[in-house]
Amino acid sequence: MPTSTTRTAAADSKAANHRPGPLRRALSAVGVQNVSLLMAIALVVAIIGSQNPLFFTVANLRVIGTAIAISGLLAIVQTIVIILGALDISVGSIAGLTSVTSAMIFSVTGAAALGVGGAILIGVVCGLVNGCIIVFGRVNPVIATLATLAAYKGVAQLVSDGRAQGYTGADPFFVFLARGSIAGVPTLIWVLILVAVLAHIVLRYTTVGRNIYAVGGNDVASRLAGIDINRYILGVYMVTGAVAAIAGLLITARTGSGQPVSGSEGLELEAITAAALGGAALKGGKGTIAGTILAVILLGILTNGMTLLGVNSFWQNVAKGALLVVAVIIQQLRSGERRVGLPG
Amino acid sequence: MSDERADIAFAARGITKSFGPVRALRGVELELRRGEVTALMGENGAGKSTLLKIITGDYQPEEGVLELDGRAVTFAGPGDSRAAGVRVIAQEPEIVPHVSVAENIFIGALGGARFNRSELLDRAGEALERWGFARVIRPELIGSSLSPAQRQIVEIMRALVSGPAVICFDEPTSSLGDDEVAILFTVIRRLRSEGVAIGYVSHRMAEIFQLADRITVLRDGGLVGTEKATDIDDDGLVRMMVGRDLSQFFQREAIPPGDVVLELDGVTNDFVDGISLTVRAGEVVGVAGLVGAGRSELMKTIVGDFQITSGELRVGGKRTRFRSPADSVAAGIGFAPEERKAEALLLQRTVRDNMALAMLRKLSRWIFVKSAAEKALAVEYIERMRVRTPSTEQIVGTLSGGNQQKVVLARWLATGPRVLLLDEPTRGVDVGAKSEIYTIIDELARSGVAVLVVSSELPEVIGVSDRIYVMAHGHITGEVPSRGATEESILALAMEEEPTFS
Repeated sequence: MPTSTTRTAAADSKAANHRPGPLRRALSAVGVQNVSLLMAIALVVAIIGSQNPLFFTVANLRVIGTAIAISGLLAIVQTIVIILGALDISVGSIAGLTSVTSAMIFSVTGAAALGVGGAILIGVVCGLVNGCIIVFGRVNPVIATLATLAAYKGVAQLVSDGRAQGYTGADPFFVFLARGSIAGVPTLIWVLILVAVLAHIVLRYTTVGRNIYAVGGNDVASRLAGIDINRYILGVYMVTGAVAAIAGLLITARTGSGQPVSGSEGLELEAITAAALGGAALKGGKGTIAGTILAVILLGILTNGMTLLGVNSFWQNVAKGALLVVAVIIQQLRSGERRVGLPG
Repeated sequence: MSDERADIAFAARGITKSFGPVRALRGVELELRRGEVTALMGENGAGKSTLLKIITGDYQPEEGVLELDGRAVTFAGPGDSRAAGVRVIAQEPEIVPHVSVAENIFIGALGGARFNRSELLDRAGEALERWGFARVIRPELIGSSLSPAQRQIVEIMRALVSGPAVICFDEPTSSLGDDEVAILFTVIRRLRSEGVAIGYVSHRMAEIFQLADRITVLRDGGLVGTEKATDIDDDGLVRMMVGRDLSQFFQREAIPPGDVVLELDGVTNDFVDGISLTVRAGEVVGVAGLVGAGRSELMKTIVGDFQITSGELRVGGKRTRFRSPADSVAAGIGFAPEERKAEALLLQRTVRDNMALAMLRKLSRWIFVKSAAEKALAVEYIERMRVRTPSTEQIVGTLSGGNQQKVVLARWLATGPRVLLLDEPTRGVDVGAKSEIYTIIDELARSGVAVLVVSSELPEVIGVSDRIYVMAHGHITGEVPSRGATEESILALAMEEEPTFS
């Protein structure tokens, strides 16, 4: 046994003497993941910009910005769900359902506030249903939200008869949401920034955020340390529903009417891809809003670039799917996952 | 001598195996002879399971060789050992839940796509008949419907149908009733008469002396010796198993204890039965017992992770009911579970994060964590508990076992608990950190905390506690003051057969 004690002592002193250089420190402050994302963005910008100078016009940058606002919102909440150790694939359907219901409530009442409030309420209820299925029905989150992905889409089609509903294009609030700007920056982007900053603060500086990381990192340890895990699962899914509803409102504002399916289909894929690319570990307990936002920007630029370069949209879908797989493969390789059995 | 040597069907020679800094086996020798039952005995952690895993090829030894019929063999995995006719009967067998007993028995032996179900049932039926299990289990039963005893029988049949030359049983009777034990012993004796070399791991003295021809004893990963069963008795065997020098261990000075803080009265659920115990302020109470005695389950029952079905739990004299660990944490009970990595630590997070986990709310204003207060807490406990870490921001997963354990202890100390439950607090911890942990436990008790310590290491449980409860089969089989307690007396209580209940 004395050999083992000296060995640990040596390892300890080695760790204590290990002082990283300034470059390494800067790298670790930003995070390896984020640095690679920034480099990827620079690379993609250089390639697309050199092929098509239109890319750098202000108009095009606005197009990218407004395009990423909606998927960005969903990516942010998806990141929180993933940090908790779960997944929510119903976010796109919730956005569709709230888009169409917000427009319908607005058409009937004529009050934008009621449309907004109603949509958010419906979003929260959808999230609560997800949470209850998972917590009380003991259904795996992927299966639970796969089921509600279909169900919420169905509800949206039922209430709307499968067509776009209402007209919000004349309402000053919805117009401001869609096309207004503050200090030269589109309102849509402000919404994204606001939600991102809030999410970042909650995750980074509050007990709520810290416990979300704890539950995702080790749910047994969290439970034994006195954290009420079920409350966190329900809460996170409800917040996810609310933010998905905000995304739904942005869809309504941009198109001028409530879209049951067309504006939101496939957004869950983009949200999960962005979170994974941004460094959120699908096992839970790890991930940052900053990483996700960088990934959202990268994805936005890629989509825009592919369109500018005339890549057909079917190929774009193939590329998006491939990107999700690549993002997760990179993650697994970095975590040193053993190649045995089904991946955890 | 030379023909004695020829009797050896299987041998493990000079086997050494480490897990990180922990030496699980050091130069262990085991010989299994044709037509004999060799019992393998030792306390928890003596290295029996590790040795069995090396025999199956699950683990690779760092040093030493396995010999089959005198020739060195290498098993890269369980497939290899089976192909060579060496079988180990797992204690908790894997049973495929949705298929029949017949298919479960011949699992892995089913060749290719062509299989005839009725033929399989017939073969399984014949095999069960041949070995005397036909009355206990039918071949068409579905895996998920089997009782623990039936599952064990399926596992045994898997080995028997392959006609092994060497077969090792790992505590096969722990889940069997008396009838099934009788059948099993008949099977083992028959295998012996057919010339199979048999290894048999068990904690039950009576069984060992009924079955074994030779007894090999391990202690702390080393070989103590091999004796003929006729040359040794119960006491001699226990002495071989423990025979350690107590003086090197910590001995706590008892202080006059205060009021009863934690009291259990007939606490019963699926895991424990009629547990009554008390822990006073300033007292360290040990819980000893063999693996599977229900000690960890008792801890989890106390903190409300498992619910109590009958009986009472009193904290500070007040009858309490914990619906979840959140309630017990609020009542001032801290719990460091046995599985440190799986159940206590956030391995990806920092030392600071882990220490603050159970009292984050007290370290915050509204919902915002006061990072300065949190950091100060981490700095204070790193110093107080001498956690060897470069900083408060070190990722816990990178620390050594002892330092990880100190982080878990710090988490609970920081909450200022009235009761602290420690399940195997020094498992996987090096010697230096062990004695530091003993000192921490002692100081805690001196400051008035009621401490309940589960430990499988008898010298540890004797040294660290004032009183010791011994558990077996979910019951408390005895209570002994640690002063004057011997490892032998505790082990005798821990190995008691199902107690007759008064």
